[in-house]
Amino acid sequence: MLLIPCPWCGPRDECEFRYGGQSHIAHPAAPASLTDAEWADYLFFRDNPEGLFTERWFHAAGCRRWCDVVRHTADYRVLTSAPCQGGPSGGGEW
Amino acid sequence: MTPDHRQTGRLWRSPEPRAGYDAVIVGSGGHGLATAYYLAAEHGMADIAVLERSWLAGGNMARNTAIIRSNYLWPASAAIYEHALRLWEGLEEELGRDLHFSRRGVLNLAQSTHEVRESVRRVDADLLSGIDAEWLEPEQVAELVPILDTGPHVRHPVLGATYQPRAGIADHDLVAWAFAAEADRLGVDLIQDCEVTGFLRDGDRVTGVRTSRGDIEAPRVGLCAAGRTSRLAAELGLRLPLQSHPLQALVSQLLEPVLDTVVMSSATHVYVSQAPKGELVLGAGIDAYNGYGQRGSFRTVEDQVAAAVELYPVFAHADVVRTWAGIVDVTPDASPVIGPTPVEGVYLNCGWGTGGYKATPGAGQVFADTIARGRAHPLAEPFGLDRFGTGALVDEHGAAAVAH
Ligand SMILES: Cc1cc2nc3c(=O)[nH]c(=O)nc-3n(C[C@H](O)[C@H](O)[C@H](O)COP(=O)(O)OP(=O)(O)OC[C@H]3O[C@@H](n4cnc5c(N)ncnc54)[C@H](O)[C@@H]3O)c2cc1C
Ligand SMILES: [Zn+2]
Repeated sequence: MLLIPCPWCGPRDECEFRYGGQSHIAHPAAPASLTDAEWADYLFFRDNPEGLFTERWFHAAGCRRWCDVVRHTADYRVLTSAPCQGGPSGGGEW
Repeated sequence: MTPDHRQTGRLWRSPEPRAGYDAVIVGSGGHGLATAYYLAAEHGMADIAVLERSWLAGGNMARNTAIIRSNYLWPASAAIYEHALRLWEGLEEELGRDLHFSRRGVLNLAQSTHEVRESVRRVDADLLSGIDAEWLEPEQVAELVPILDTGPHVRHPVLGATYQPRAGIADHDLVAWAFAAEADRLGVDLIQDCEVTGFLRDGDRVTGVRTSRGDIEAPRVGLCAAGRTSRLAAELGLRLPLQSHPLQALVSQLLEPVLDTVVMSSATHVYVSQAPKGELVLGAGIDAYNGYGQRGSFRTVEDQVAAAVELYPVFAHADVVRTWAGIVDVTPDASPVIGPTPVEGVYLNCGWGTGGYKATPGAGQVFADTIARGRAHPLAEPFGLDRFGTGALVDEHGAAAVAH
């Protein structure tokens, strides 16, 4: 069971959250100008590392805000959590 | 599960890897073993090796809940899964071994008006695809599954079910060992403890693989690595539309026979069958997060057991004796990716996600043909990597989601 540190509510049980997948996928600035391959990449392709992964969690049964969590996908250790900002992650060691 | 006692001695040799082969298959799950078997049996390619980082068929092949069916929605999926089901129907004879293949039927419950519509549509689509499919009203469901609570007080009442009578289960270990033994007999080298860590290349062409036991040359490499495919593809600079997730299952203690078919509930994320020995085998949906850990969260177990006890009140008397997980490779459209890659000689068979066991013989035969002829088998054509660019997805979320 994961214990996810919500930046606003503190450590909470995973079952209060919804998973949002890889963080920092920016919506293309000019979608109409993308090639099919670029559009496919935006829609369907995500990193899938065995190791550290920056991912979004939504505190659905709590403050109902999104956070960026850095978690290890092999041993499931949670390293950091910060408010979801859309920028590059790393800030806000919890 | 027990080995086939008619067999004495070892089922396969454990040779040292040779310097090179005509082809290597990465991964000795059901798909890798079946691919090797069909390459040798149908394409006269016996100079091949199956390379396995761990022990033979110890990944998802050893961990699945063994459900076999073909009642998918779209013609492309119906065709490949039905092709597999027909092979299952002759597989014990083909491999000369008992696989405990039991055609006990599979019910997929409909528990909302949306699910009723979607299910009836899928039954109609299956009939057009030549697949045995029936829509059952709640009374018919109750008759087939007396322990199921079909009353109106259930949180998601049973409004009916799709039914495929030819569907069922087969013993996954016996299937893996039968393919392994036959492939070995035909000359295939099955090499365990041999992790593929990279590729040998000559420009855009593959010339072999790097492994934990040294380099092995091969002009053709077939990837059957399930949840770890993204990692291998990354070594080729190839990005795939896959996410690796834990998928869990559990068993109860041995119980009197109470269930002689397979029942799946997508709405409440639980499905169940009863193994020949008597344990209830329960499965769930994936754990939502990405994970390579071969374990998931307890919440998934708790949710699935709660759902099961509501649908089958008699299960309140059962205990959970064991839970486990595999790593499944999930695609955006819940359909597999099969075919050539931009790297000449490298072929992909992945993305089977939560439901690739049922495809084992079909996937193996189609993939073997794809590797032998250097082009996608006709049944694999709709499942190429290019579909994510063209938008021609094969969306099977309705038929595949929690339902394996
Ligand atoms: C709990 C659970 C329940 C399931 N239930 C069903 C079901 O009821 N019906 C159904 O149809 N499907 C089901 N599935 C899905 C099914 O098990 C998989 O889709 C299928 O097994 C995948 O094909 P495979 O057997 O070849 O995979 P695997 O058995 O996972 O084989 C992949 C192999 O590749 C090896 N490998 C990986 N990387 C490397 C490397 N770098 N070098 C060498 N070897 C490598 C792995 O060690 C592994 O042995 C279930 C899965 C799970 C986990
Ligand atoms: Zn919160």
